[in-house]
Amino acid sequence: MKTRFKKYTVEIPEEMAIPFAGIVESPKPNGEQPMMLTGGWRIYRPVIDSEKCVMCKSCVLACPDATVLLVDGGNKIGFNLDYCKGCGLCTWVCPVNAIDRVPELDFEDGVPFQDALFLLPHVEALYAD
Amino acid sequence: MTTLLEEQVQAKVDLPLLANIHQAVELDEYYVMGHRTCAGCGPALSYRLACKAAGPNSIFLGPTGCMYVANTSYLCVPWAVPWMHTQITDAGAVVSGISAAYEARIRKGKYKGTFPNIYVFAGDGGSSDIGIQAASAMMYRDHDAIFICYDNECYSNTGIQTSAQTPYGAWTTFTPPGPKIPEAKKLFPKDFARGMIALHPAMQYAAAASISYPVDYMNKVRKAANIHGAALVHVHAICPKGWGLRANQVLLCGKLAVETGTFHLFEYENGEYTYQYQPKAFKPVTEYLKIQDRFAHLKPEHHQKIQEFINQGLKRCGIKIPVEAV
Repeated sequence: MKTRFKKYTVEIPEEMAIPFAGIVESPKPNGEQPMMLTGGWRIYRPVIDSEKCVMCKSCVLACPDATVLLVDGGNKIGFNLDYCKGCGLCTWVCPVNAIDRVPELDFEDGVPFQDALFLLPHVEALYAD
Repeated sequence: MTTLLEEQVQAKVDLPLLANIHQAVELDEYYVMGHRTCAGCGPALSYRLACKAAGPNSIFLGPTGCMYVANTSYLCVPWAVPWMHTQITDAGAVVSGISAAYEARIRKGKYKGTFPNIYVFAGDGGSSDIGIQAASAMMYRDHDAIFICYDNECYSNTGIQTSAQTPYGAWTTFTPPGPKIPEAKKLFPKDFARGMIALHPAMQYAAAASISYPVDYMNKVRKAANIHGAALVHVHAICPKGWGLRANQVLLCGKLAVETGTFHLFEYENGEYTYQYQPKAFKPVTEYLKIQDRFAHLKPEHHQKIQEFINQGLKRCGIKIPVEAV
């Protein structure tokens, strides 16, 4: 099976590479924390039917991971699938059943995959083609 | 607070209350995506909504608990606001120190900014069980801070152990059901928020909220932030792992907890309680118990006992609704 993985690598500066406790940088507001991708946990993917959607925005407040977003100038609901864990709360909370849960393996683009987070030589060798 | 300079007290702009869900959605996220909590995590949702309501002028403290352990992996945090870890026992002590330090620096003219809203986000263990003395001391001394207790009714961080807020009859790894004790947990839980209100005459504002009613919860966080002095928010945060729920049943479970009278939504302001959910009839508690695997071993007599406990609680709150267990 052909699967396209997204490449996510984070380089850790030398001064930040600490063994235990310290001060770490915060992400930006409305941003993301790319060192903890969680999209690979997902079994069911949320798929929205924009024609059924009434823009009540209940799903935006129901997501524990803030992955339900307003897109298209705030006129449509979208998902950040790199982080969506597929819990299905948006589907449950939707009053018009506009959000469907589709098995993840039905999609060709597969799941986001975090390869070689800490850029260590032996880890890089593992993931080399 | 009397120790603050007048202009800095005035400079601290009160957070406006939200009228509807659309205003709530427009607020910026300060607890962003990319953390290691379970799918459908109720405490993570309560954290996200609290950060959303709190805004940029805030400091969060995280005592040990699942919202510390699961969110802070190596070199990565999901908070876009200042956050610090405290030990599980001393969240109240640390927040007292930070609040008093800001007051002292303002008094000495070393800090020119506005006074921040300082939040403690403690679990039920870190607030009502292990951390109760520091929390109580902070409320007793009336430091300008907000204590949020996210109540997932167990120590989820270490693998579902019983806490002081675990309800009667719940399975945990410390209270497994067996032939000698068929109901698993024999003790009834603490009534944390009302207990803290009764203990502390200085308390100006306290509230109990649920993640299933997000706008109500966010408004309660904002009201607590606008108080000059100690405030308490107790939020019912459903744990799908510890309670034996599917990930997508979390909000349903929170809703049923309120609709059966198991968890009361209330506000305590100026010495008076107001209850936000007063239906014509509460649902029987069996509806709440049957969807959770942690109550799967209970027999009808245990359901009856829980129902009597809930009826007693409703009666004590002055809500007169007869409910029968099915």
